[in-house]
Amino acid sequence: MNALVAELHKEFASQIEETGELLGKPVVRLRRDALVPFCRAAKAQGFDYLACITGVDRPQERSLEAIYNLYSYEHLQHLIVKTRCPYDDPVLDSVSSIWKSALFLERETFDLVGIRFRNHPDLRRILLPEPWQGHPLRKDYPLEREQFVSKDAQGRDVVGFDSTEGW
Amino acid sequence: MTEPYTVEAQSKDLLVLNMGPQHPSTHGVLRLILKIDGEIVREVQPVIGYLHRGMEKLAELGRYPHFIIECNRADYVASYAYEAAYVRAVEELAGLQAPPRAQYIRVICLELDRIQSHLVWLGTFGLDLGVLNAFWYGFRERELILSLQQELTGVRMHPNYFRFGGVKADLPEGWTDKARRACDEIERKLDEYEEFLAQSDTFVMRTRGVGVLTKEMAIDWGVTGPNARASGVDFDLRRDEPYFAYEEFEFTIPVRTEGDCYARFEVRLEEMRQSVQIIRQALARLPHGPILQKGWEKGYQFLMAPTGEHYTRIEGPRGEVGIYLIGDGTTFPYRVKMRSPCFQNLSVLPELMRNTLIADLVAINGSFDLVMGCVDR
Repeated sequence: MNALVAELHKEFASQIEETGELLGKPVVRLRRDALVPFCRAAKAQGFDYLACITGVDRPQERSLEAIYNLYSYEHLQHLIVKTRCPYDDPVLDSVSSIWKSALFLERETFDLVGIRFRNHPDLRRILLPEPWQGHPLRKDYPLEREQFVSKDAQGRDVVGFDSTEGW
Repeated sequence: MTEPYTVEAQSKDLLVLNMGPQHPSTHGVLRLILKIDGEIVREVQPVIGYLHRGMEKLAELGRYPHFIIECNRADYVASYAYEAAYVRAVEELAGLQAPPRAQYIRVICLELDRIQSHLVWLGTFGLDLGVLNAFWYGFRERELILSLQQELTGVRMHPNYFRFGGVKADLPEGWTDKARRACDEIERKLDEYEEFLAQSDTFVMRTRGVGVLTKEMAIDWGVTGPNARASGVDFDLRRDEPYFAYEEFEFTIPVRTEGDCYARFEVRLEEMRQSVQIIRQALARLPHGPILQKGWEKGYQFLMAPTGEHYTRIEGPRGEVGIYLIGDGTTFPYRVKMRSPCFQNLSVLPELMRNTLIADLVAINGSFDLVMGCVDR
């Protein structure tokens, strides 16, 4: 483990549930309330680039997982941060105040996986229309139920389950 | 989607204007909702998702090799990039290693693809700015590369050519000579493009000093690739995290610090020259031997990646193409996340377009090289 990550480990020892490595990249699993303080400290350590947020549905544990890929341009170092939230309270704190790239990534994760990000300035669906039903990357998403988007009299998007509706 | 035609907008004497999703200079189905004050854009709200095909879900529904076909449709202008990222992710997770000849062929394909993708960008960017000949010339040279790709893979655009542990087929006879000739031809034409674009007042006046992206902004918003390098981010995955056989070639990474549309043009033009150099070196030193890992000539359809997860990224023509792959020990991937460079590059556009002229907005949008298939996936 490199010095940068060791420093973070020391500071957040009580908040880290698990540490490991994915093909050479250090991984940290956090308690979800430690996410924002940890990310703030990571950015201060030089992890200036948030490359990717991956939302994963874990039905066995009845929880949703978010995986953050951090990178430091200065030290050429990776860090993968993971955290989870349960099905009945799918909320994580937004890191968009730390990295601007989280603005779109969190909207995408909310849209497709259904994790709500607290304190995100504009948490709306981004790829699917606003009234869409369900989050497609959940494992229990009903694929056989087709959804059709049309406009109502006011010009707003509406979703129906009948292909002839609204046309 | 919140509707923008609000009383609030009207009361500030701002006109709300819809640009796209069908508009020649938004390069696909990008919709921009503009609030304009005369000719000056005060606020931009991008609306995306018109081309969303649910690729990440489709990945979970098919076996591992099925997604090679899907993912090269994500960025339809540079199909090899996603293919390479996905194949590399699966190889690293499953512990496969492609033989040297296959690695070299992959590098040649990726670099040819980078050139033809940049040529499409050059053509359409010129078209946006009223330099029409860039479009005709750019597409003429692109044809050379597409016919090379057709001869190699059987198709012009969606190759499905990379395999786990190698590539589909060996180079056809005489292909290397044709590729060499195409490289010479393209290199000569690049000087021509530079001449007629850099000396065109229309082009220079509409790009120089327009849409300046600072280095700090580029990193903060997750902008990667040529757009970031034009803003002074000296980083290229081919050099800094080499994959396939890139560590064996000599090339330089063009970096500019101005961060304007003209710098983005210069970086891409120079990148094409460097790609030509890489292809030449690869063709000259192409090793002999097998093109698929031994034992995988048949039966890769039922590849079983172990339980585990992994993030892989490669340098696509538009920036960092990443795949976060989670395997659960079956023949189906558990989760494939596609990290799209265009999606992140798009997110910074409203910042850059604020308080610019509508004409500059077109230049900024064109200079970022967005492919909507890559944004929406």
